[in-house]
Amino acid sequence: MTVMTLSKALNAGLRKALEDDPRVLIMGEDVGKLGGVFRVTDGLQKDFGESRVVDTPLAESAIIGTAIGLALRGYRPVCEIQFDGFVFPAFDQIVSQLAKMRLRSLGHLTMPVTIRIPCGGGIGAVEHHSESPEALFAHIGGLRVVACANSTDAYAMIQQSVRSDDPVIFFEPKRRYWDKAEVDPAADLGDALPLDRARIVLDGTDVTLLCYGPMVRTCVESAVAARAEGRSVEVIDLRSLSPLDLQTICDSVRRTGRCVVAHEAPVTGGLGAEIAARITEECFYQLESPVLRVGGFSTPYPPSRLEDHYLPDLDRVLDSVDRTFAV
Amino acid sequence: MTVDADGAVTAPGARAGLDRPPGPRTETVQLLTPEGERIEHPDYPLDLSASEVKDLYRDLVLVRRIDTEAIALQRQGELGIWASLLGQEAAQVGSGRALGPRDMAFPTYREHGVAWCRGLDPTRLLELFRGVSNGGWDPAAHKFHLYTIVIGAQTLHATGYAMGIQRDGAVGEDGEAVIVYFGDGATSQGDVNEAFIWASVFNAPVVFFCQNNQWAISEPLERQSRIPLYQRARGFGFPGLRVDGNDVLACLAVTRKAMQAAREGQGPTLIEAFTYRMGAHTTTDDPTRYRLASELEAWKLKDPIERVKAYLVRTGSADAAFFETVDAEADQLGGRVRQACLEMPDPEPLAIFENVYAGPNTLLDREREQYAAYLASFEGEEAR
Repeated sequence: MTVMTLSKALNAGLRKALEDDPRVLIMGEDVGKLGGVFRVTDGLQKDFGESRVVDTPLAESAIIGTAIGLALRGYRPVCEIQFDGFVFPAFDQIVSQLAKMRLRSLGHLTMPVTIRIPCGGGIGAVEHHSESPEALFAHIGGLRVVACANSTDAYAMIQQSVRSDDPVIFFEPKRRYWDKAEVDPAADLGDALPLDRARIVLDGTDVTLLCYGPMVRTCVESAVAARAEGRSVEVIDLRSLSPLDLQTICDSVRRTGRCVVAHEAPVTGGLGAEIAARITEECFYQLESPVLRVGGFSTPYPPSRLEDHYLPDLDRVLDSVDRTFAV
Repeated sequence: MTVDADGAVTAPGARAGLDRPPGPRTETVQLLTPEGERIEHPDYPLDLSASEVKDLYRDLVLVRRIDTEAIALQRQGELGIWASLLGQEAAQVGSGRALGPRDMAFPTYREHGVAWCRGLDPTRLLELFRGVSNGGWDPAAHKFHLYTIVIGAQTLHATGYAMGIQRDGAVGEDGEAVIVYFGDGATSQGDVNEAFIWASVFNAPVVFFCQNNQWAISEPLERQSRIPLYQRARGFGFPGLRVDGNDVLACLAVTRKAMQAAREGQGPTLIEAFTYRMGAHTTTDDPTRYRLASELEAWKLKDPIERVKAYLVRTGSADAAFFETVDAEADQLGGRVRQACLEMPDPEPLAIFENVYAGPNTLLDREREQYAAYLASFEGEEAR
């Protein structure tokens, strides 16, 4: 066991993926010499060479479009989109090409492409550097969408994503890049929790609190605070946003009868809306109160001096938890 | 801006007063005139036997016949839509026959002639236009990628594939290369310009084959560019050239040379095949709303098939029996395409859920199960 920051754990996972399979490539803006703006790919170009860790021209659509071509040639590209808000020039290649290639070919083609996207706010950044576009991708058939929340999962999940024969949109919680946790580099990847499974990070009996990515730490802290007030909150890290692990979600909600979904993204049309609908369909008669959502407002991401109001914090999450008991 | 008969582009009048030197003369590579006269070009020597020219003639006639049959099938309601290649046979057959078996081709949705050259059964093309699949053939089997409908998107896939060739060490004397097809309208797309940049800076073994058929549905060339399209390559740092796109010999020669350069590690080339879309954009389009009949009449005189026929007759390489045999073969092919279309079964309803993911997907599995149960609930109803 080694204690690593989340950024370092991703770096170690990518290093392992490059070592394990010569067809794995890393490509993106500033991923080589610089090691990425968050240093996630630090040192990889030095050790694996410029042809496997590729500093690309500044063109996101081309990063994904050429990754598709490389995948057609049998490679496993791992693309970095430098910031969440910069993914949109690549949206067409992801949605219209990457996600549909397998179906278009009736299964002749596989698209083992991983797209890493640092996401979310809380770092005082300028516009376009703090967004949470995960629901836009979860809406698209043919893609898998995952979000890691800590070093332990990051190390395993990035390797699982690279090994997946389906395209994976891999969200990294940028304000948690420097959080530390234990990583076991010697562990067998086959023993890790499958990529499409949620994880119960804190057991509880009164209410289920669903979250992912940067909100997991906030929600755990909220649960600890709630415990002091006599409420037992079960916190589930969804990890997989498409497909959702409905089994784990619904098992928990059937036990607790209450549910709050927390995310940084705007609640309108967000993952919380989808989850609330699914829970209503599956657990209606076990519910004690409506499923509530706590998340960003239905506005563009605000200037950073206001982001503490936009991002759900411990108090806003607790307020939502309380409201599930108010009816 | 106007495009005159030999393809020279004149800048718009509003800019004519600007004090600047005249642009370089637009040169078009041509080896066979519209009258069927063979001419030489110093950079593109081409030594074909009479039999090889006859093979090209056969290709041209057969792909036009596939096209004619498909249009008829659409008119009769058997295909939802068809994108006709009428007028572009030489550009497609010339470039398609220039490819080696290991080269990879990335088409738009109009490259029926290239598909033919790659050995893909033409009836497979109908699946997309009938709505039976979104393509469905195995691109690796014929080194011919699936049709791409989003304009220009495939230029990036081709460039990435070419980067893969580089990483496989397959550039060099016995190397592989990629050709990607797109049209004049596509040159305005960001993806195409990004592909030019990537291919250039990575020196990727890819040939950009632009069929400039003068029209992007209703939009004329001057809405896409103020300069001849092939001249854009210069700004990206690789060679570009214009070829008479209705001259199958010239298209063959320039593509061979560009592909060989790419295979040997000399990087990309842009080929602008100057041609004309003689039909509608697709069977849903009505070109009489935006272009003059006289334009079509002028281009008919440059028909890509007639000039080869004229050449074969002029040189005494083919007699009437040869042309009759090709026509009979074309009719037989048309019949086969028709029959395959009529016999093409619809997919089973649950095929909707197949081939979306490589691995299992719990959500999709559940939807499939539910829909199967729903469908099953109707079983036996008709009997009642």
